[in-house]
Amino acid sequence: MKEISCKLLVIGAGPGGYVCAIRAGQLGIDTVIVEANKPGGTCLNIGCIPSKALIHAADEFAMAAEMAAGHSPVGISVSKPEIDLAKTVAWKNQIVGRLNLGVSGLLKKAQVKSVQGTARFRDGRTVEVDTETGPQVIRAENVVIATGSVPVELPDLPFGGDVISSTEALSLTKVPETLAIVGGGYIGLELGTAFAKLGSQVTVVDVAPRILPQYDAELTKPVAARLEALGVTVMTETKVKGLKSGTVLVEANGAEQQLNAEKVLLTVGRRPLTSGWGLDEIDLDMDGRFIRIDEKCRTSMRGVYAIGDVTGEPMLAHRAMAQGEMVAEIVAGHDRVFDKMAIPAICFTDPEIVTVGLSPEEAKKTGRELRIGIFPFKANGRAMTIAGEDGFVRVVARADNNLVLGIQAVGQGISEMASAFSLTLEMGARLEDIAGTIHAHPTQGEAIQEAALKALGHAIHI
Amino acid sequence: MGEYAIKLPDVGEGVAEAELVEWNVKVGDVVREDDVLAAVMTDKATVEIPSPVEGTIAWLGAEVGETVAVGTTIVKVDVQGEGNVTGSAVTPEPRKAESDEAAGKAEAAAEGEAAGKPQKEEPARQEPNRQAPTSSAPAVPAARPTPGTAPARRFSSGVPRPEGEKPLASPAVRLRAREAGIDLRRVPGSGPAGRITHEDIDAFLREGDRPAAGKGRVADTSVQEIRVVGLRRRISERMTTANRIPHITYVEEVDVTALEELRAKLNTGKRADQPRLTMLPFLMLALVRAIADQPHLNAHFDDEAGIIRQHGGVHVGMAAQTASGLVVPVVRHAEARDLWDCAAEVNRLAEAARAGTASRDELTGSTITITSLGALGGVVTTPIINYPEVAIVGVNKIMTRPVWDGGTFVPRKMMNLSSSFDHRVIDGWDAAVFVQRIKALIETPATIFMEG
Repeated sequence: MKEISCKLLVIGAGPGGYVCAIRAGQLGIDTVIVEANKPGGTCLNIGCIPSKALIHAADEFAMAAEMAAGHSPVGISVSKPEIDLAKTVAWKNQIVGRLNLGVSGLLKKAQVKSVQGTARFRDGRTVEVDTETGPQVIRAENVVIATGSVPVELPDLPFGGDVISSTEALSLTKVPETLAIVGGGYIGLELGTAFAKLGSQVTVVDVAPRILPQYDAELTKPVAARLEALGVTVMTETKVKGLKSGTVLVEANGAEQQLNAEKVLLTVGRRPLTSGWGLDEIDLDMDGRFIRIDEKCRTSMRGVYAIGDVTGEPMLAHRAMAQGEMVAEIVAGHDRVFDKMAIPAICFTDPEIVTVGLSPEEAKKTGRELRIGIFPFKANGRAMTIAGEDGFVRVVARADNNLVLGIQAVGQGISEMASAFSLTLEMGARLEDIAGTIHAHPTQGEAIQEAALKALGHAIHI
Repeated sequence: MGEYAIKLPDVGEGVAEAELVEWNVKVGDVVREDDVLAAVMTDKATVEIPSPVEGTIAWLGAEVGETVAVGTTIVKVDVQGEGNVTGSAVTPEPRKAESDEAAGKAEAAAEGEAAGKPQKEEPARQEPNRQAPTSSAPAVPAARPTPGTAPARRFSSGVPRPEGEKPLASPAVRLRAREAGIDLRRVPGSGPAGRITHEDIDAFLREGDRPAAGKGRVADTSVQEIRVVGLRRRISERMTTANRIPHITYVEEVDVTALEELRAKLNTGKRADQPRLTMLPFLMLALVRAIADQPHLNAHFDDEAGIIRQHGGVHVGMAAQTASGLVVPVVRHAEARDLWDCAAEVNRLAEAARAGTASRDELTGSTITITSLGALGGVVTTPIINYPEVAIVGVNKIMTRPVWDGGTFVPRKMMNLSSSFDHRVIDGWDAAVFVQRIKALIETPATIFMEG
């Protein structure tokens, strides 16, 4: 059996793993990365990137459809549009393919050795990889577990056939006439919105009393309104009982109901991938479902690190990337800890939602006096010119020193403002810092400046 | 022309009267402000009475040796102008003064007639030993910290931000701190909302673990003049006198392991009415034994008269630090005391000295002195002879040190004795013999107590 030795072995080439490997390579560390599938992980192959491609296509289509229906506020009329979803998917696949190549190229450039196959721990220093050419043993001084997460299944609704996960939903070649979405979280709503725009009759079912329960109602209100306008049926406090001859059996307030659904998209959450790679062999301490890590991403075993979704919430690519970069530097001998002030979260619904730092509710729990400033896009010139007046920017700050604690926003294209929001928190900005920065006109970004001014008591444009 | 009455000031807490020990002026002398008029001695210390005014001494109200009640007029001065109606400026508290000294008492009393009704007047206060600089007298508060006291403002136990507040810093600052091994929780932030800046890190690296210069810190150019009077002056004079003596200082290390064991045993087994034993009573008894062999070390050398007065009684002075300065209470006739008796007297005198209640008799008359800085003892000291004595024994700190016993190093409790002698009358040989004798006694403590 072949054996290779290295200083750093990364298991999983998702956004956490490949960033870790590239950074380690840059630092001159002898690094090997193992991945069973194409590099980029869930994010690049079946998550963030493909879903955004599909959402973009759906937006374009929906706009054309509105124009065709004579609803264009800007006066464009077109004939009834059609979409060849197979072509859309091919376009999406081509983007994914380019990115796969890009990641491979970056790994190569950083002199990281890539091994394709499924890794399995023998002990804390040894991993056996099942490759096409046979088993490969890798001995490493340091191992990074970056195995990510997978969609959660429901016992009454196992994946298969017409019950699909987000992975399959992103590769459908035909727009389903009816689509039942089980789970009103951000993945379900992002895809549900896209398919509604593409022409599906979408029904969202959730046991919770409202959609996107992790956000406050003020933030989700524009999203709920848009879903309604798109004809999406939202059934809250509703339980899924199972499938019955091509229909979904649901129960609300004790009454059963059958939903016609060509496809059933299950988006009830994701779970860390903690099986199939030999976790039992190394017996790491766990934190609930997740691998327990410390502020340096160290597990309970010396020399074994874990990053990304397998280590806990929020299960977001950019958290994994930051952890991966940090671990590479730790392995290189630098002193690092995960000391980020904020991990932004974005929901690519229509309109989009961005949250960074503390919500007003969370901030109130600190017991401090707060200043909260809200600025609606209705009063923002640029928002009007892109016909995106729904939503607002909200800033939460301490009343005693105006330190910004959190920023939330909902609005069209607001995801691009996430970087400014994060920078604000990471730099420890006060309301006066935002208010005192010239924000280019006309942009939606002016809304954050106005929200800060509002919190300070002297907004100009409202 | 007017007449200014000067009364015996309230010279200390709980002091109702003082003994007039010296007149520095006589009737007809011209005095200026702050000239010393007289010295009075309380049971705590000698205090000098300065003149609050300029003028001619018209009347002295007491004889040397007389005990005068606080508030009694002791001097009358003929002054220019309208005399003492408005009195002199308010003078700051004397060093010995306690907080109960009402500010009003500092006001020099007025007296219209020559010797009319002094008893009704406020007692005068005439011991300004803390003079504000004349240039900016009212502007500089006495409590203003001077550069010399600045280190005391280090946050040795403090924290740079309130409980529960996390340090606020940009990612670049955080990274730099981490790479420099700085815990940001210990770094005060000068930026908005207490943000830690690169400059704060610079300051922290430069100045170490203490707060960076806060806003509003200014250079303090004040100079405070503190008059050397009373006990401090007496110490100063005595030290100057003693410093004329050619000292020979001899340092020897003493193994006190056995003595410490004995002391610990005795302290454990002592009766409740017996005093707690310190090193001092043992050392005193060892001195007594050594002096029996070398009585000329227990002596006063009157260098002006050219006479050595060798004392039979061993009166051991023990230098003690008090709030007001160095005093030397005296254990009389150590040769007639046993260990417990000695210890009781040491403890009693130490307490009295600390409390300021030691009498003048208790503070004078020693024939040999022991000086110890206690826990601060250091490795070596160069004690100054308590004039007119001829020997002083300094006790340094006990430290456990490795000692070669011929086969191996063993931990022993070692203590240095730093002793000074008047080299005019004590030869180096005699000094060494004396210290070696004390060393031998202490190292085998049973010999301290053996008769014959």
